[in-house]
Parts: sequence; structure tokens; C-alpha cells
Amino acid sequence: MPIEAPSRAPLFQSVAGETRSSRSVTFSFNGEALSVPPGISVAAALLMSGIERFRATPVSESPRAPYCMMGVCFECLVSIDGVPNRQSCLIDVVDGMQVRSQEGARDLQFEVPSVSVLEVQP
Amino acid sequence: MKRSTAAIKADVIVVGGGLVGTAVAYGLARNGADTVVLDQGDDAFRASRGNFGLVWVQGKGYNLPDYARWTRSSAQRWADLRDTLLADSGVDVSLKQPGGFHMCFSDGELLEREARLRQLQAAVGDYPFEMLDAGELKARLPLIGKAVIGASYTPQDGHVNPLKLLRALHASAQRHGARFAGGQHIQRIEGSAGDFRIWAGEQAYCAPRVVLAAGLGNPGLAAQVGLHAPVAPNRGQVLVSERVQPFLDYPTINVRQTDEGTVQLGDSMEEVGFDDSTSTGVLSAIAQRGVATFPLLRDVRLIRAWGALRVMSPDGFPIYQQSSTHPGAFVITCHSGVTLAAAHALRIAPWVMGAAQPNELAVFNGERFLSDKVLAHAH
Amino acid sequence: MNPESVDVVVVGAGPAGMAGATELAGLGLAVVLLDEQGSPGGQIYRGITLAPLSRRDLLGPDYAHGNVLARALEDTPVRHIKEAAVWQVGRDHQVSYLQGGRMHTLQARAVLLATGAMERPFPIRGWTLPGVMTAGAAQILLKSAGAVPTEPVVLAGCGPLLYLLGWQYLRAGVPIKALVDTTHRDDYWRARRHLVSALRAWPYLRKGLELMRSLRQARIAHFTGASQLAIEGTDSAQALSFTANGKAQRIASRCVLLHQGVVPNIQFSQSLRATHAWDPQQLCFIPLRDSWGELDVPGVFVAGDGGGIGGAQAAALQGRLAALGIAARLGALGAPQRDRRGVELRRALSDNLRIRPFLDALYRPRDEHRIPADDVIVCRCEEVTAGQLRQFVAMGCAGPNQAKSFGRCGMGPCQGRLCGLTVTEVIADARQVPAGDVGYYRIRPPIKPITLGELAGD
Repeated sequence: MPIEAPSRAPLFQSVAGETRSSRSVTFSFNGEALSVPPGISVAAALLMSGIERFRATPVSESPRAPYCMMGVCFECLVSIDGVPNRQSCLIDVVDGMQVRSQEGARDLQFEVPSVSVLEVQP
Repeated sequence: MKRSTAAIKADVIVVGGGLVGTAVAYGLARNGADTVVLDQGDDAFRASRGNFGLVWVQGKGYNLPDYARWTRSSAQRWADLRDTLLADSGVDVSLKQPGGFHMCFSDGELLEREARLRQLQAAVGDYPFEMLDAGELKARLPLIGKAVIGASYTPQDGHVNPLKLLRALHASAQRHGARFAGGQHIQRIEGSAGDFRIWAGEQAYCAPRVVLAAGLGNPGLAAQVGLHAPVAPNRGQVLVSERVQPFLDYPTINVRQTDEGTVQLGDSMEEVGFDDSTSTGVLSAIAQRGVATFPLLRDVRLIRAWGALRVMSPDGFPIYQQSSTHPGAFVITCHSGVTLAAAHALRIAPWVMGAAQPNELAVFNGERFLSDKVLAHAH
Repeated sequence: MNPESVDVVVVGAGPAGMAGATELAGLGLAVVLLDEQGSPGGQIYRGITLAPLSRRDLLGPDYAHGNVLARALEDTPVRHIKEAAVWQVGRDHQVSYLQGGRMHTLQARAVLLATGAMERPFPIRGWTLPGVMTAGAAQILLKSAGAVPTEPVVLAGCGPLLYLLGWQYLRAGVPIKALVDTTHRDDYWRARRHLVSALRAWPYLRKGLELMRSLRQARIAHFTGASQLAIEGTDSAQALSFTANGKAQRIASRCVLLHQGVVPNIQFSQSLRATHAWDPQQLCFIPLRDSWGELDVPGVFVAGDGGGIGGAQAAALQGRLAALGIAARLGALGAPQRDRRGVELRRALSDNLRIRPFLDALYRPRDEHRIPADDVIVCRCEEVTAGQLRQFVAMGCAGPNQAKSFGRCGMGPCQGRLCGLTVTEVIADARQVPAGDVGYYRIRPPIKPITLGELAGD
């Protein structure tokens, strides 16, 4: 699975001239720790962190990234804290969030059923 | 086709471009008949667009063994249909026939199910099936929910992509020379034995044979050629999810995973007239059943939901009949256009062109509704 | 699950929703306002209550006006439910929404849909590549995250919002590599018919002219009459190519912002099976409404851009008019008072809409950017191209719903939002019939995705 490693400058950054909050939010994308200002959407956070590819399409594995930023285009889908296909432009980023790129169709998550051991009386 | 005042002639006119009409038209065209298909417009009710995609045998024909035989004959020929459609249109309709499951949620349901299938087996003969308890079911379908206490399984069942099927039939029929006219609203058929004229606005179509496969439009048309086809709408609502990585190889009567990876849930039945809207109560019930069957579906997102109107006869069985007062006019109607597509293309079409009537079909006449006897519902 | 009863449910907290809800509350009605965002404003006033002063200043006075509406709303007893995804509005005025991971249903006596507009799709070669976004998306990044492009950015297309963004970026110190304007001499010629009404809307026109002057003074590379826009790149955007001044042009850029106007968001009105008509000036479907905004679905009203593009001020006025209409319908206001109070609002509305015919004509999106070449993706979700769509038409597909069944076009998660208009126009063009004859996708709930568990009521 291709992991996006930000190798070039992010496409977006904080606008100059605004008084910045000293707080920042730390989250991860595909295991890599990222830090962004508070109170922004996950999509904005990713774009400001140099992530350009959010997902691969289920139909042809083509790379996609946000297009409309308002919840209409469904291109910004990523997995957030284990839940796949979430519209990252509609969800604010919070500390400790684990975000992963959405590689094609989602998995049907399941846990391996636990094996119960029967004690047999001798 | 261009509009003209001169009548358009053909060997057969098929009224209805849905799964039933195009399957018959494909069979006709393949056998060299000059076929014209008249279809409605983009906003028609179109049962073909709303179905589930099952190629389903188990449980059908309870109390009417000929329907079980007819259904089995179609399922057995379905792979042939898939192959010829692929060769003719290049479209692979994604037929899979790994067998299918009918889930039961109570002991009573399970017993009733077994009784039904035993009766069918006794009547039909070659009718393999298994009854599975919870443990056996879990071995086959590890993701099954605890609420499912058992199921019936038959190797005869399968599923297909119904929209690809419609497209494949359409393209294949055209490849063999069938002509399609869309946006037609047919209200009038004139004629007598072997000489029919159909009016679509100003345009007339003439042929010695006419096939009425117009779904819910059949009753009015059938009456004009001495046939009785009292079909009425029966609404089914369906849910479709986002795409999921493959997790379910087998179709089940209420849940199946399509070849695209989406999960389809359904099988409701309501008599609400010509209303194909959805209702939250029914959708919720379908979702509940789906989640009870495969609990991991709980977190899967619903992308689309729709209601579609099945073409339902009073007893749920098809109506296949050639008019005795207007020989050459046929009514071909059923609510299992996917399962029966092979039979329609490969067995009905030759009959329309003059071959002997398939022997299962004698019981599917329209007159049976004119008597007091009402047969049990199809399923 | 027994639905909770309210007088009116308002869907959408943009200018129409905020003004409408405020007016309804003032008339004594119990109102629930549902909105997807965590704070009011819709898209045009996105983030208005949270934006630092410097950002509000940067975005301009029109944006700041949103605060007036937001403050007025706050002072009412309107129950504003935030982060609510409405997935169904019924003809019976039941409204179902998802909030906090749970399903809720409200039984209203009337519903006001104020879901606004969205960007018109811009189907050109390469438009699905990462790095390609709408001008609206860029504005949302600015409004909600204070984020701007890092590199010199390319703005392409036409329409006031594109120039507004350019002006905002100038003020923010964001370098603009080029403004590729598809507006053509012919468009000015076509718009001349509406010049008189445009001049009567002088304040608006002057604002626009000043904006354009700032852009010119900043000496931004400005290509006009641009055609044949395409985006180059394999895994992400690398350049915008186009034709202008008779020459093939190519501008390298990793960030291309497209815009060719906004169109009404008709998902709810379509799902209610309200009658819609094709508007040949605005090149989109508009729900038919009476003078108070009521659809031909009794008790359901539309206010704002969702009923036809008119802008934020017009939206607020329509919200208030709809509130009057609803109040009279519910017996909270007599018809004579309703009519009397409506007079001033209608006059103001008429003033605000006066500029529209001129703008619609001047900034009409190019045919080739609405009805693309065969190899261009039309349905982004299912990756169906214009060429495939034309093949379906050749096979007998007469409209968008048959196109859906022939090729899955419109069956993806966006539910046709980004392809609907294109599909209608491509089919109309292929069949050589008016777009109104072709119709639109059949839209059904869920209007927003919900999980099976949520639907099941787990």
C-alpha cells in the first residue's frame, strides 16, 4: 500500500497576519505524527500538513483528494479512528486522532472470535 | 428509428423493454426473427431497475410444482445465457451460482422452511437442499449473527448483476438486428390472428406476432387481444451500501454482496398501489434484519435506497399465454425477470415463433384468475 | 420511536435559514434549525462566528454581514441543532437526521429548506486529480481554517466568486500565478441586453468593478476568453493548459482552483418529488415555488440559492418571506398582515435580484466545460466518462435514470451532486433535445449517508 510521505511543501498553510493560538493539535496520518492549529477540519489539517493524496478509488485505485470542502463531493474520504470512509471536511481534528488513507473499498471490520477453553473435570 | 407515417413492419413486436421484454427479444433476434421492441421513457416505473439480482430457485413453486420446474430449468440454462451474452455484447453479467441461503430466525421458521422444501423435493424429484443449524451455518458463513438460528441452503441458487444483464440483453438483441424504440407509450393494439397493428402516437408498427411484456402496463393491452393478465404493483424496498471489500460469496434471500462490492438488502412486500417511494419504517426493518444476519454490517453506510414495483399476479406466479381469440398475441409476465431470463430467451422465444409450448407453461394461463380457485402465493 | 412535534423545521443555517428561523421565532412559532456545521453561516458565511477579526476584515464586508444574522438568531428561542446531518425530509413534514451518532425524527407542521447552492461541476480533463479544487473550497479553507495556498496558485473559470477569491488572496498576500478567465468578448455582447438593469443595480456593479480593478492593478497574469481548459498530471495536478489569444498556453501549478458559478442544491426538493424546471439562463434545475417560496408539495418551502441563484442578501430576504408564508399557513399570521409585511421585503428582493440576468449572461459557463469531450470523467464516484454516457444514449438511453442503470452513473456516494447537471446536458446534447425534456436523476433518501445500524435503530 503506497504510504504518502510529504516530500514537498504543503499545498496550504496558515494565512499570515492572524494571531495564532499557542495550542496545537497532534494527530497521525498513516502512522506519521502531524501537528496543526486547533479548530480545523481533518481535511484542512491534512492539506496543511502536506498530504495530497487522501484515498484510492474503489473503481480504479485512482488517487483522490478534497475537491469541494463542503461535504458534497465525497472525495475527502479517509479512515478516522478505525471508522472508514469518513468525510474529513466535515469532522474537526482532535488530539490523538488516527487518520488513515482510504485505500479503495472499506473493509468489513471483524475481530477473530475468541476461543473459549472448556475445563474438563478429570 | 426515424419517425414516419408509413407503418414499420417486423416479424414480432415486443411491447416492453425491461428484463422480460429484452430477454424474449434477444431470443427472438438470435433465432433470426425481425424484432422490434417498444419501450417507455426515462421516468417509467421499470421493475427491471429495482430488483435484487437473485437467480433463485429454492422455495419457489410451493403448491405449484410446474413453477419449481420452470424456475429450475432457467437456473440450469443461466450459464449458457451468460456465455452468449458475453459473446454477443462483450458484457460479463457476473453470474455466480455458488448456492444460496435462506435464513431463519426462529425454530418455527426453520421447521416451516424444511417442510416447504421437503414438499418441493417430493413434487419435483431432483431438488437438492440442506437444512443447517446454527453451528453448521457458522462453519459456512463465519460472519453470521447469533440471531440466525439456522438456514436452508441449495446449490441451485445464485445471483447476477441485474443492470449489467439489462444492458447486455439490450446490446446483444441489437447486435442480432433487434430494433428498439424508446419513449413510446403504447395504448392501442388492433388486429386479429397473425396480423397486428400497434399505435405509438402517430407511428404504427405491424407484425404477425406480438409479445406483451409491458409489466404493469399489461392488463390494459392484454384485454385488447383477448388475454387476461391481471397484474398489479407490489412494492419492494431495497437498501444499497457503500462498497465493501469482498466478505460474502453466497447470495442470501435478504442480503447479498454485489460484484461491485456494495451490499444489497431487501425483500419487503407491500401493496401500496403505484407508489414507488420509500418508507422509513420498512427501510429500518430491512436494516434491522440485515444487521441481525451479519452484525458487522452495523457500521456500513447506506448510500441509496429505493422502492420498485414488482409486477405481481394475484397468485404470484407468471402469466404465459398465447391468445386463442387472437393467435400470435402473447402475454409474458412475471415478477422474477432475472431468474427466468434464461428461460425467457431460450424457451419462450422459440414458442413465440411457433415451436411447441414448453410443457410447464400450461398452468400459467390468465383464465385461472377468473375462477374461484386461488393458488398459494409464489413465496 | 415517537417523533417530537415542532411547528417548523428549518434545514440549513446559511443566510436564508438564519433569517427565516429568526423571523419565524419572532412570529411566535416553535422552530428547530438543523445544520451540518458546528457553527452557523452556511457556506457563504462559513465560520463567521469563530473567525478572528483580521480574517473577517480580509474576507471583506459582505462576509462580515453574516455576523448580524448569526447574532440575531442567537437572540431567539430557535433550537439550533448543530452537526446534524438531515437524511430525509418527507412530504408528511417528518424530518429525520443524524446527530451525535444517533437517529432523530421531528414531526413538523411546515418545513423550510434552506440548503443553498453548491459549485457547478467543472468537468474537464484532469479535474479529478489531487490538487484540483473549487474556488469555493479555497474560500472554505480560508474561512474555516485560515488556510491559504503556499505556492502561486492558478484560478480558472468565470464568475464573481472567482474574482472575489482573487481579491481576498491579494489582501492576504497570496501570490496568484494566473487568473485564467473563460469570459469571452461574446459574453459581454450577450450580456449587453441586461446592461440597463445592471446599471440600476449600480452598488453591486460598482463593487464588482472595483474588485476587478484591484486585480488588474496587482498585475496578475490575466488570460481572457480562455477555452479548452485541461489539467495535466498523472497522480496530482501539475499544470493547467488552455487556449487563449489564439495560442496554446500552459501554466505549471500544483494547485488549480476552478469555478464556473454555483447552482442550487436540489437534493431535498427532488427527493420530495417537487416539480422542477430547467432554467436556460442559469443552466440548472430550479424547483417551482409560489411567491412565498412554497413548493408544489404543500407545507414545504424553499428559500435562498436552493431555489435559484440570487446571492446571500436575496437569500435572507427569501428566508423572511418564506417565514411569513409559513406563519400564515400555520395560522400564526393573517393573510393581510402577511401580505403587508411582505411588500418591503419584495421590493428589497427585487433590487437584489436585478443584477442577476446580467451576471448570468456575462458569466455563462462555456458549453465545452459543461458538455465535455468523450475522455473526460463525468461521474467522479463511478468514473464514468462522457464518451461512455454517449454510448448509452446510442444504445437507447433517453435520460439520466436509464444512464444510471446502464452504467452506474450517479450511483456513488455523492448521489449525483457532481454529475447530475453534466449528465442531463450531455444526454440532451447527444439527443438534440432541450435539457428540460431529459430531466434529472431520481433522488431518494438518504440524502446524507447513514449506517445500517443507525437506520436499524441500534
